[in-house]
Amino acid sequence: MPKPLAHLPLSSNRINSLRLILLLIVAAVLIYGIVYPNLTILTTSLQQDGHWTLGHYSDVLSQAGTLEAIINSIVLSVGTVALCALVGVSLAFLFERYSFPGRRLFGVLAALPLVLPPLVGTIAFIFLLGESGILARLIQSMLGLSSAPWTLRGWTALLLFHTYTMYPFFYVLTAAGLRRIDASLAESARSLGANRITVLRRVLLPQLTPSLIAAALLTFMTSMASFSAPLFFGGTVRVLTLEIYRARQRGDLSVAVTETVVLAVISLGALILFQRYEGTRRFVAAAMKGAPRPRTVIKRGAARAVATVAAVFFSLLLVLPVLTLVLVSFAREGSWTTQTIPATYGFANYARLINEPQASEVFVNSFSMAAIAAVAALLWSFSVVTLVAARRSESSLSPYWKRLISLLVLVPWALPGTVVAVSIAEAYGQPSPLLGPFVLVGTFWILPVVYFLRFMPLVVRAVQASMEQIDPALPEAAGSLGANAWRRFMRVTLPLVWPGAIAGTLLAFVIALGEYVASVLVFVPVNRPISIAIASEMRDFNLGTAAAYGVVLIGIIAIVMVAAGKLERLRG
Amino acid sequence: MPLLSLHNISKTYGETRAVNDVCLDVEQGEFFGLLGPSGCGKTTTLRMIAGLERPDAGTISFDGTDITNLQPERRGFGMVFQNYALFPHLNVFENVAFGLRARHKAKDEMRARVDSALELVQLPGYDKRRVDELSGGQQQRVAIARAIAIEPALLLFDEPLSNLDVSLREETRSELRELVNRLRLTAVYVTHDQEEAYALCDRISVMVGGKIMRTGKPRELYEQPSDVSVARFLGRNNLIKAMRVSSSKTSEGEFKTLEGGHTLHLQLSADELQPLNQPVFLAIRPEHVRVETTNGNDATPNRLRAEIREIVFGGATSMVRLDANGLALEALVLEPNGLRVGGTCHAVLPAERLSALKNA
Repeated sequence: MPKPLAHLPLSSNRINSLRLILLLIVAAVLIYGIVYPNLTILTTSLQQDGHWTLGHYSDVLSQAGTLEAIINSIVLSVGTVALCALVGVSLAFLFERYSFPGRRLFGVLAALPLVLPPLVGTIAFIFLLGESGILARLIQSMLGLSSAPWTLRGWTALLLFHTYTMYPFFYVLTAAGLRRIDASLAESARSLGANRITVLRRVLLPQLTPSLIAAALLTFMTSMASFSAPLFFGGTVRVLTLEIYRARQRGDLSVAVTETVVLAVISLGALILFQRYEGTRRFVAAAMKGAPRPRTVIKRGAARAVATVAAVFFSLLLVLPVLTLVLVSFAREGSWTTQTIPATYGFANYARLINEPQASEVFVNSFSMAAIAAVAALLWSFSVVTLVAARRSESSLSPYWKRLISLLVLVPWALPGTVVAVSIAEAYGQPSPLLGPFVLVGTFWILPVVYFLRFMPLVVRAVQASMEQIDPALPEAAGSLGANAWRRFMRVTLPLVWPGAIAGTLLAFVIALGEYVASVLVFVPVNRPISIAIASEMRDFNLGTAAAYGVVLIGIIAIVMVAAGKLERLRG
Repeated sequence: MPLLSLHNISKTYGETRAVNDVCLDVEQGEFFGLLGPSGCGKTTTLRMIAGLERPDAGTISFDGTDITNLQPERRGFGMVFQNYALFPHLNVFENVAFGLRARHKAKDEMRARVDSALELVQLPGYDKRRVDELSGGQQQRVAIARAIAIEPALLLFDEPLSNLDVSLREETRSELRELVNRLRLTAVYVTHDQEEAYALCDRISVMVGGKIMRTGKPRELYEQPSDVSVARFLGRNNLIKAMRVSSSKTSEGEFKTLEGGHTLHLQLSADELQPLNQPVFLAIRPEHVRVETTNGNDATPNRLRAEIREIVFGGATSMVRLDANGLALEALVLEPNGLRVGGTCHAVLPAERLSALKNA
């Protein structure tokens, strides 16, 4: 006789009310954090003395400076994309398709600039390449010049720094793209009579196009949002992020807001443009049956030597700024005047970080704010992904609403940090309809909120990617074995998702730890973060202390990234 | 009363009707097969039985109760998935115990039931292993143990053997049959492999294009496909286009083939009678076509003169391709002795082996 159907404690009402609570949380965060602040800057930029006008725009655009800044930002970003593509794609082809001594060394270091906080990278560049940096002094003393051989200022400096920090987008994505190309495609093209150049042009590059577009988009957006480098060595080159910062500094709020909207529109426009182009270039990827092309071993003496020298040279280029930073961090303050490298060393700078209450306070601030933002982002990601990824039969949301939620979640990712900070500051800088008399600006919480908004898309993507990797048959199998929705989530989905989710959360944590662009706009004494301390030490010419902050930050990032990598492998 | 009944079940995805008005009954203790080419809707049908999909129309009842809209976790059916769907983060014991934990079983009972389930699938002592350490065949057994540990009211299989290699598949197949018999379980088994379905199932429904074309015992299906699409799917049939010409209402029908113009006689029951002068398909299995090289009795019915076009050696048997005055035929012979390409012979199509199909 068949057994009676399993009687399990499940109330579908409880599940539905849980889903309703999630929906309310998600709606509230999206409205408070994204919709309202961005609408606020939009309406503020379109209003003057209580009526609608385009006056702010005509004012701002008629100023030669702003127009120049807009053009400069775009030209700088396009130039950065071009240079990064050149460097990143060439290196990817060299290191992904050939084998020679030194290849692995570069492979390990290639992505280093990506995890370097932009501000720390900027000061490391100044110590290494600035007019009073190690390299300039070295050449000056070697050639007996009376002044520095160059100045680290303007277009060259910006493009150099941008290429250093952003080439990994192209390198990493092209290398991954190459690994996905079935070697038999090129082989069959060769057998059909195509020469190497034709294969590259007609077979490899079309397959790489999606990777290249994604890399170009990331590079363009990062370059548009770049702030530290233009601030420290942009010289006379005015860019939008810097103009917004300066307008706020001098209290010109309507100009700042209007320029912020312009920056946001350019960024979102670029995003839409790139994605539209990508849509036309996407191939229905047939499941890769073959293997990627094995690396060609370079055996010939001369070519092998050149390749090895190149690998060592590029590896050195990557670590030199960090090594410089470490060196300077041990230099006694004031001991580095005209020498090529600092004259005396010691642990005094690090001792200062520990002993001075002001110094240790910034660590506590950054740590707690980044942790709050990261944990909030983790919880939030699960709420969003649960709602968006739920199967149609289980979800009360229509696909239209799901798309809208996914889109809104990604908005802060597409917007430069400057825009996020300004929009929150504008929306909650005075009593507002959403928060009543509570003014967020000026409290400790402004930075955790901004960090959360800036970096939660990263965590959402990590959770979503992990979730998509789960075989849909697993929760189904759990269901057929009698597990209700809650049990399926706790016992099957969560254990499988958490390594990826934690890895994403850790990444968001370390990025928030070194955040500068948005912090500099809205920080207050009670939440002064590490980056602000670094910048102010630089202003006071406490180079060693600034470097020590940077080294500690890099150390923490390295430890956390290793932990995240371990988790990532746990998942694989 | 059947244990499981599907009444007029339909399911549409976008524009395509994956399952179209399916009705079927499964009796208590029966091993029931759903056989069909990929994309025919058999897996969707199984998933609706499991509760993983909801039908757009129709009802599913189990033991007299309507379960159409019941959550899968409330049905108490065991399911074995095509890719096994073992939980990668749990070891063998926890995988098998998963359904028992969901039922809040006491520790001792859980232990005993997991052990006996592993015993039944011949994996005793494997409880501490990680599932990714197991071979494909062992993973398969764990998946079965996990499904039977909950003492399911109905056991569902979604192509469970398709990821195993040939020799292991046949071994597991017979073990599976024995296991289900021993536990007196009722099972619904989805496969695209007709041999597997014949070997395992008491009754089989053949699905093509979302519809059930024919339900019957394995032998009935094989010998009387009764339908062109079923015959095509079951494969290796000589399909001969012909028209019924005899107007006598006797049980013997006379057909004229459209190609070659041969006259063929069939034994037709009254309900198999085809309309006159309408093209229909006649089917005969290649192994039922007799090839004669000697000048036998010309009066033998359905004896066609044919030229040998090709002889394909296939190991135990050989396939002989024949051309009977424009009508192509395939015959399976044990030994092609005395046959040569280009030679002539006679093909005999025994009347009792020929069947007339619907849907010409």
